[in-house]
Amino acid sequence: MIFQIKAKVFENIRVAQEYYKIILFCPAIAESAKPGQFVNIKVSDTIEPFLRRPFSIHQAGNQYPETKNRIEILYAAVGIGTQLLAQKKPGEFLDIIGPLGNGFNYMDSKQKATRQILVAGGMGVAPLLFFAKRYPLNGMILIGTKTKNQILCEKDFEKLGLDVKIATDDGSRGFKGRVTELLKNVLRTTQYARRTMIYACGPHPMLQEISRISKKYNIQAQISLEEHMCCGVGACLGCVIETKQGYKRVCKEGPIFNAQEIIWGKNTL
Amino acid sequence: MKPNFCVNIDKLRLKNPVIVASGTFGYAEEFKDIVDLKKLGGIVSKTITLNPRKGNPPPRTCETPAGMLNSIGLENPGVKVFLKEKLPVLKKIGVPIIVSIASESGPEEFVSLAKQLDKIACIAAIELNISCPNVSRLAGVPVSRCADKLISQDADSTYALVNAVRKVTKKTLITKLSPNITDITEIASAAQTAGSNAVSLINTIAAMSIDIEKKSFKIASGVAGLSGPAIKPIAVRMVWEVYQKIKIPIIGMGGIMNTADAIEFFLAGSSAIAIGTANFINPGINVEIIDGIKKYMIKNKIKGLKNLTGGLII
Repeated sequence: MIFQIKAKVFENIRVAQEYYKIILFCPAIAESAKPGQFVNIKVSDTIEPFLRRPFSIHQAGNQYPETKNRIEILYAAVGIGTQLLAQKKPGEFLDIIGPLGNGFNYMDSKQKATRQILVAGGMGVAPLLFFAKRYPLNGMILIGTKTKNQILCEKDFEKLGLDVKIATDDGSRGFKGRVTELLKNVLRTTQYARRTMIYACGPHPMLQEISRISKKYNIQAQISLEEHMCCGVGACLGCVIETKQGYKRVCKEGPIFNAQEIIWGKNTL
Repeated sequence: MKPNFCVNIDKLRLKNPVIVASGTFGYAEEFKDIVDLKKLGGIVSKTITLNPRKGNPPPRTCETPAGMLNSIGLENPGVKVFLKEKLPVLKKIGVPIIVSIASESGPEEFVSLAKQLDKIACIAAIELNISCPNVSRLAGVPVSRCADKLISQDADSTYALVNAVRKVTKKTLITKLSPNITDITEIASAAQTAGSNAVSLINTIAAMSIDIEKKSFKIASGVAGLSGPAIKPIAVRMVWEVYQKIKIPIIGMGGIMNTADAIEFFLAGSSAIAIGTANFINPGINVEIIDGIKKYMIKNKIKGLKNLTGGLII
């Protein structure tokens, strides 16, 4: 079931640098949302910017008292849409549609794997924290950013008992280099190369590299993709991505895909 | 006072004049949770072709000032799957279903599709999409790489196509026109003469956006169709021009976002209107506009839609 709701802004705070967290009151979406799903938000009351903006759900639901009847969105205020969102004050309302998309498949993990590696590139931590809070995991999360000030949710993941490993491009924290290099290290040097499921969210080049690594190590990976979206409900066919079974809609058959089904090309974001 | 809100276009009976435009509402099931589908005047399904069509490579859409570009390339599952899987769902809604058709090969495909649809009782009308800017008459070749004209860019081709389809079906025919032309009234007249029962206008406007960092097209196919409020004044002008020239009803569309926009289209000469791109931003807008038109008519003591259509005072 999809809902279109005028959701009241509960809180909208800056968490680090250009990163913000907005908390919205919307019981129907909060109750039914699954990790990996997203909401499509009208950030402006005018026609500028014109389209809604999709955001993956960061936390939701009644499992924890702090998210009861609420959903949280973690976002970077970097474009016109997200900068407008950053200006929303508590008490204001936002028109949101959700929950949308398929969400991560945890059952797959239970059946085929005994461990999980979560891989987040920058904002990619957003849906992964929701996932880690919802399901009992046996594993670690690798968080990659450009520099140490951009690392988000580190303590939240630690609280959940996950082994947190950091990679920064500039080496200001943890492993110096790409998070995908760190992943390769982990797979080379630990038991993680066997009976493991990867869950990843981040920029497309990172996800493409994860597809390559997961193929090489013959382990499965579920990746969260992004595309320009319009309707968000599967009607406009605007957000397709090429897969081995033809074009699939990121908003409907995705945003979570099996890494091996994607055909990476110049046309992916 | 209760205004007469019905519109009759040949055998097509609409309980209200607001329909959803082809390609912007999928096969309606996508919106069932958030739109009261029964309230719609009619639904135009996503264009179908004889065979399944993969559509154009991504990226297929981008945002522009007061609008957006799209180049979907008529992705659809083909008529067989449409009839088997999509139409039964559409039928259950209980509002008139208008099936949009297009061809990958030539006029024969329109004829073949119309013959198949003619036998199906629950199809209220057929819309001839001879104006999609994102495909050419050559199968699968984006129009940007092909000098070939669209059917609706040539009056003789339009006449020949509508005439050929007219011969094989008694269903209400609506011809959808392209704005990418010098004089749209010539095409509308040709459609009328050939036996079209209505024209719908406008389809999207051929347009382009460039990513200056990558120095590449923002849309993979290069040329794409512009829609949204940015094109509304052009659409209103074209409806008005066509209204002066032809007698068959006009279904007006192009950037309608609210009731006031819709009223403009009626005053310019539309008998019904279609909501397109606005469905992406506010799926419930159809129902709001239906109520809004009713209120406008009551407030202005307009007895029926016939009195609103072409009511522009010059």
